[in-house]
Amino acid sequence: MTALALQLVQMLVVLAFAPALIGLVRKVKARLLRRQGPSVVQPYRDLARLLRKDVVLAENASWLFRVAPYMIFAATWVAAALIPTFAIGLLFSWSGDMIAIIALLGSARFFLALAGMDVGTSFGGIGSSREMMIASLAEPAMLMIVFSLALIAGSTSLSTMTAYMASPEVGLRVSLGLALIALVIVALAENARIPVDNPATQLELTMVHEAMVLEYSGRHLALIELAAALKLLLYISLIGCLFLPIGLAGAEAGAAALGLGLAAYVVKLAIGGALLGLFEVSIAKMRVFRVPQFLGAALMLGLLATLLRFVSASF
Amino acid sequence: MPLHVWLPLAHPAAPSHVSGLMSGVMTKVAVYAFIRIVFDLLNAPSWWASMTVLALAAATALLGVLYALMQHDLKRLLAYHTVENIGIIFIGLGLALGFRAAGMNAAAALALTAALFHVFNHSLFKSLLFFGSGAVLTATGERDMEKLGGLIHKMPLASFAFLVGCVAISALPPLNGFVSEWLTFQAILLSPALPQWGLKILIPGVGAVLALSAALAAACFVKAFGVTFLGRARSDAVAKAGEADRYSLVAMLALAALCLLAGILPGFVVDALTPVSQALVDGRMPAQAHIGWLAIVPISESRSSYDGLLIFLFIAAAALLAASAIHRLASRRLRRGPAWDCGFPVPSPVTQYSATSFAQPIRRVFGTVFFAARERVLMPPPGDPRAATLTVTLRDPIWDAIYSPIARFALAAADRLNVLQFLTIRRYLSVVFVLLILLLLVLALWL
Repeated sequence: MTALALQLVQMLVVLAFAPALIGLVRKVKARLLRRQGPSVVQPYRDLARLLRKDVVLAENASWLFRVAPYMIFAATWVAAALIPTFAIGLLFSWSGDMIAIIALLGSARFFLALAGMDVGTSFGGIGSSREMMIASLAEPAMLMIVFSLALIAGSTSLSTMTAYMASPEVGLRVSLGLALIALVIVALAENARIPVDNPATQLELTMVHEAMVLEYSGRHLALIELAAALKLLLYISLIGCLFLPIGLAGAEAGAAALGLGLAAYVVKLAIGGALLGLFEVSIAKMRVFRVPQFLGAALMLGLLATLLRFVSASF
Repeated sequence: MPLHVWLPLAHPAAPSHVSGLMSGVMTKVAVYAFIRIVFDLLNAPSWWASMTVLALAAATALLGVLYALMQHDLKRLLAYHTVENIGIIFIGLGLALGFRAAGMNAAAALALTAALFHVFNHSLFKSLLFFGSGAVLTATGERDMEKLGGLIHKMPLASFAFLVGCVAISALPPLNGFVSEWLTFQAILLSPALPQWGLKILIPGVGAVLALSAALAAACFVKAFGVTFLGRARSDAVAKAGEADRYSLVAMLALAALCLLAGILPGFVVDALTPVSQALVDGRMPAQAHIGWLAIVPISESRSSYDGLLIFLFIAAAALLAASAIHRLASRRLRRGPAWDCGFPVPSPVTQYSATSFAQPIRRVFGTVFFAARERVLMPPPGDPRAATLTVTLRDPIWDAIYSPIARFALAAADRLNVLQFLTIRRYLSVVFVLLILLLLVLALWL
């Protein structure tokens, strides 16, 4: 029973923290640019406002356009709930391994790209087309990272992997360093962050993610924004639990350990968000056709990390 | 791979249900023959055979999906995807060969099961997609995606079934395509235990290629579904279209249901394939039926597991929860308005993204290397009333390197030998006589 309760807590925690993380990144960016910036809780207010508004649907939008936000949100939420945030070995953590989590995000993206093409404007098309181009390079890079980590930990199940990374036997490995760099690159690309995409852009030609969701409004837009926030949280949690597995509670931990795990998780999220903000203000957005090189680097790093593991496993 | 060229030409020519049969069954005959010959008759495969198979299969998968992305004929696109899927199947078979040669029977059983599972899946979703393309063809008379669009309004049920097929073939959970690719990935992760260096270095690359082709397949089917069914109609053919007839709909929806079932209950399929792996590689995967919550476990529970049923239930529950919460708490009002046009309303549907423009970024990233893709923009100077044109040329390197020299040689030889057709009867008889003597001589020398 407590196991089920913990799993539910996990699902609510990711949902509750996701908008705050976006707010934090925005605040950090604004402060670094010497602006006041909106409050950290502004994304919650935005969501509440969007929920109160009418939906304005384009004239030829089909049923897919109205169903897609729910699918995108559900797939992203399930994926985020499978990541160890404050505790490992949760009740349903075995139901999907890391490959399944990536593929769930792939499902969400599939529907988002289709929704972008539904209305039949050139914006939606340009967004979908570029998003799929970026994804077609980011996804293999991500799988290569999973391979290298899975070979080190001997498992693709995220709980086992995290437990292994937290144990002292993991040591310092070249593969891990390469995988971390590649994972950061993929996380930036997948979350439509600078230098790949700009979440705050108003200029149509540079939009990728924002171009796909241009036709959405009201409650549909709220769901999509929440899903995007969840995805950012997912990647920061993933980096946190794999490369900074401090304070994670075990499978049968007591209340104190769980509280500690939650506190450590909040700190990790804050550090991740602040670093992201710092990175974003210190770099310029790149041209769309430079992105393949950027992501190709991630793919090659991941492949290199995997190859190193393949080769060194025999010694 | 080098033998793929007939498929994309044959599929569009056949009626759609026959294409479905061809793709679902005929191409699998080759897989069956390969398994019988290599695993049954040759019995002791060597690791270099596995390397050859893996390298060819990876090239097949990647090139197949890249070709598919470049097409704008719906059935040609699907045909090239068959090439890709055969590549994925053979990746599984190649892995099984490698493990078998190294005596790792359990791993070989996993790889073989993954390959056979993909055979089963592919026959489901590819038949579904070909039926769908047939329904489109019947309704509109068009196979060219550049002339379609907006069909989701005209044929909602058929487009729903086609969408299920697209999600399944793109290897996305919770449908069946994901399960077999997931099993293949699990088999790849077992390969560091192989003793041969050649395989050790090749297999991570194969894994990367498999991941890349899965991601590209998703892009390709966003394009196929998005351009054909979504957006606005690109020609009058669509305006007259209606829903497919009842029998086609039942067939397509039944196949879609099977795709979902095989995706959420993969354990039963895996168990059904156990006798095959037992017979061929003398190993088996752990029995799946008794595992809690109908999950599948390729090797052991601590290593990896996947539960399609739970994932499906979670997604459904999360979506329903979100929908009910939003309908209770949020505004339920809905207005229709024109789409955002940047203040320059151009009603023409050609302003939409087309199949060619959708593939343009990917063509730019991969095309120059693989197909020598060239884009030529012809922009008339201002004042010239001619329309601007964009020509894209693609070449198939394998066609250029292997088939066209053979074709050219055959044609040239036929030209030379053409004189033989116009001889007198006396000369014909002497040619026959000389040939007979020659053949008898060959026979005499041979024996």
